[in-house]
Amino acid sequence: MDPTLIGQGLLSGFLFGGVYSLMAVGLTLIFGVMRVVNFAHGDMMVWGMYLAWLLSARAGIDPYLGFVVCAAALFLLGLVVQRGLVERIVDAPHEMQILLMLGVALVLENAALVAFGPDPARVRSPLSQATLWLGPIFVDVARLLTFGLAMVLTAALWLFLARTDLGRTMRAAADNPYGARVIGADVRRVYAAAFGVGAACVGAAGALVSPILPFQPTSGLGLSVTSFNIVIIGGMGSLPGAFVGGILVSVAESMGAVFLSPSMKELVSFGLLIAILLFRPAGLFGKTAG
Amino acid sequence: MKLLALLAVAVLAALPWIVGSYLVTVLIFIFFYAYLGQAWNIVGGYAGQLSVGHAAFVGVGGYAAALLSAHAGLSPWIGMWIGGALAAALGAVIGYLGFRFGLRGFYFVLLTVAFAEICRVVALNVDAVGGALGLYITFTGNPRQFQFQDNRAYYYVALALMLGSTALVRSIERHRFGAYLTAIRQDESACEALGVDTLRVKMLAMILSSFLTGVGGTFYAFYLFSLQPNAVFGIPLSVEIIIRPIVGGAGTVMGPILGSFILSPLAEISRTYFAQGGWNGLHLIVYGLLLIAVVLFLPQGAYPALLRLVRRRPA
Amino acid sequence: MSLLEVSGLRKRFGGLLAVDGLDLSMSEGEMLGLIGPNGAGKTTVFNLLSGFLTPDAGEIRFGGRNLVGLKPHAICRLGMARTFQIVRPFPQLSVLDNVRVAALARHPAMPRALEAARAVVERVGLGARARELAGGLTLADRKRLELARALATEPTLLLLDEVMAGLNATEIDVMVRLIGAVNGGGISVLLIEHNMRAVMSLSHRIIVLSFGEKISSGTPRDVAADRRVIEAYLGEEYVHPAQA
Repeated sequence: MDPTLIGQGLLSGFLFGGVYSLMAVGLTLIFGVMRVVNFAHGDMMVWGMYLAWLLSARAGIDPYLGFVVCAAALFLLGLVVQRGLVERIVDAPHEMQILLMLGVALVLENAALVAFGPDPARVRSPLSQATLWLGPIFVDVARLLTFGLAMVLTAALWLFLARTDLGRTMRAAADNPYGARVIGADVRRVYAAAFGVGAACVGAAGALVSPILPFQPTSGLGLSVTSFNIVIIGGMGSLPGAFVGGILVSVAESMGAVFLSPSMKELVSFGLLIAILLFRPAGLFGKTAG
Repeated sequence: MKLLALLAVAVLAALPWIVGSYLVTVLIFIFFYAYLGQAWNIVGGYAGQLSVGHAAFVGVGGYAAALLSAHAGLSPWIGMWIGGALAAALGAVIGYLGFRFGLRGFYFVLLTVAFAEICRVVALNVDAVGGALGLYITFTGNPRQFQFQDNRAYYYVALALMLGSTALVRSIERHRFGAYLTAIRQDESACEALGVDTLRVKMLAMILSSFLTGVGGTFYAFYLFSLQPNAVFGIPLSVEIIIRPIVGGAGTVMGPILGSFILSPLAEISRTYFAQGGWNGLHLIVYGLLLIAVVLFLPQGAYPALLRLVRRRPA
Repeated sequence: MSLLEVSGLRKRFGGLLAVDGLDLSMSEGEMLGLIGPNGAGKTTVFNLLSGFLTPDAGEIRFGGRNLVGLKPHAICRLGMARTFQIVRPFPQLSVLDNVRVAALARHPAMPRALEAARAVVERVGLGARARELAGGLTLADRKRLELARALATEPTLLLLDEVMAGLNATEIDVMVRLIGAVNGGGISVLLIEHNMRAVMSLSHRIIVLSFGEKISSGTPRDVAADRRVIEAYLGEEYVHPAQA
């Protein structure tokens, strides 16, 4: 095996991991605070991608700027989903919650299909074409920028959770939902905010990845599964776990593509998921799910 | 009540001679998906183990029967049992891994999805089973090869599947197995403390459910004459399978049937009137909205709600 | 012949030694009370006996048979039934159907199981509520349902976990009489309780657990007078009726 190829794959995977991390952090935040599994996570990300595409194609806004709008739009979507739907079944059995989010996923995915058609789309950013050379390895500037911005956003989220009142309340609610209610935290507001922030993360992730990867409405499922993979590996509800897991899984996938064929890459993903489910559902860092 | 049921069956049996060919086709789909839904109902409705990967069993059963027919000349009438058995074996593996390792709720859903997706990717990439093009069944119209010239023959097969599976589920409900399933859905630990071998009961449910679904795969293959990996192993089919019992009433005998009579016409209408305009996914949007509506407003499904409505009327 | 023989039972959870080398025995027809402060390990003992937890060390012999390693349903079938501290009814089933699930363990045919269930439901005094959904019952009735279900498995030994908790004085009296009648009918009972009046009046013998260890055992009177027990649990105020 050509070491350059491996090195290339490692770097590529590492950089892409930034997006995976952001995506996973959003999912684990929602789960950690509310014990809700967002089955529509991947489909929300796809909408982030399509919104970025719309901004780029119709308004000429580069996705590396437009991601802010995508994050805001998805934040609103998250709020609506939480307040309008999830909140009503807070006490229902888990199966009901799963079916609800599955319904949301179906609606989102097929609304995208109806709105944008089934063919793959890609966003053109002037930076998509540029490359940098580091010795024998080359780096997409786009990938670098995506990684950088994803890191900035993750750091911003971290600060939000650590320094702001709302953020700290979210963490409290994640640790101990009854306790948080007892001390008077407005749990409904916290839950809505958490879902919103989680959705915003994935919306931004979608926008940031749109110049790098072609996407279509049916990409949602694969992205959801990858998100679950990462979050389960890193530990459900653990933010550091999601962060580290994102990079790990991205590198593993990249290596998988280097050593195996691209279609087998999916097999590796699913096989890994099954293995983790069986042997460590609590993940590397995590608490056990309900 | 029994009289009503007999009347309904008689009407259904007579329909193909009264209505046109298009309606017969629609009814075939209603019956067939009711059958698949009823099979799922055993493990997903009664036992409460939410599987969103049941398409895997349809695919395994269908592919097995199709390949045995094409390469070994084995009649699908025999092949369907082998297909069912293979599907049951897969179901046993998934069930054992899930139940033995204590995977519940979301984790179990993921496990079933992962297995279905693995089957799909394998079928897509292994040329020996057709690869991305899938399998095609040559039309012979020979009943011995599970092919019929007349649409009406398929109608009666589908009707028989639906009625047979419903009779089976009704029987289960009236025996210990059914009582155990319903209890397990509500509280497994309490069941264990009351002498119920929950692992064995759930395994039985899973194996029975996957076997029946696998048998359905043969019908699928020899009615549609083609098996495409994305169609027959994919999530959309799993959704079609589960949405009828869920909307109609999971864990009830009539749920899958009622659900199918509600949903299939809906899907057909949206497909007919909107598919041309490129609105391919519309019926799935409707499915999604229905799922949301059911969870929020009618969590037990349409059939129990209907019963309550009927009982409110003075005798 | 000894009904239940437990020796050297030990269970550790991470850093916490929940049960530390417990020895315990019961003879047929006996009512044994298990008391001690919260966190003493009492429910852990029940979970170990009934198969919900596996001991790290020790032996459990029930009717001569070794129970360690058996799953809860097998242990139930052998004749040891348990209730849960936080009751676990099947909320969407009626009282009668709840009990029938248990009765099916001994009577696989549905009609026969229903008959047996009906008898047990009457016996615990829930006859009037037989057709009500378990999810809508009061706490006292749910406790009786829990007891009824355990009885319907026709046990030789019944483990009752704080069955009086949350009940008012009248309800407690009813429950005490019920348990007395159950034991009088020949079923051995191992009883975890915090209600001293109840457990002292019902039990033939008492074992006191503190921090996973047995600190005292004997007749209720002896245990109530035991200095160690008074310090660890009862307090100076408690006076056993026989001593008053």
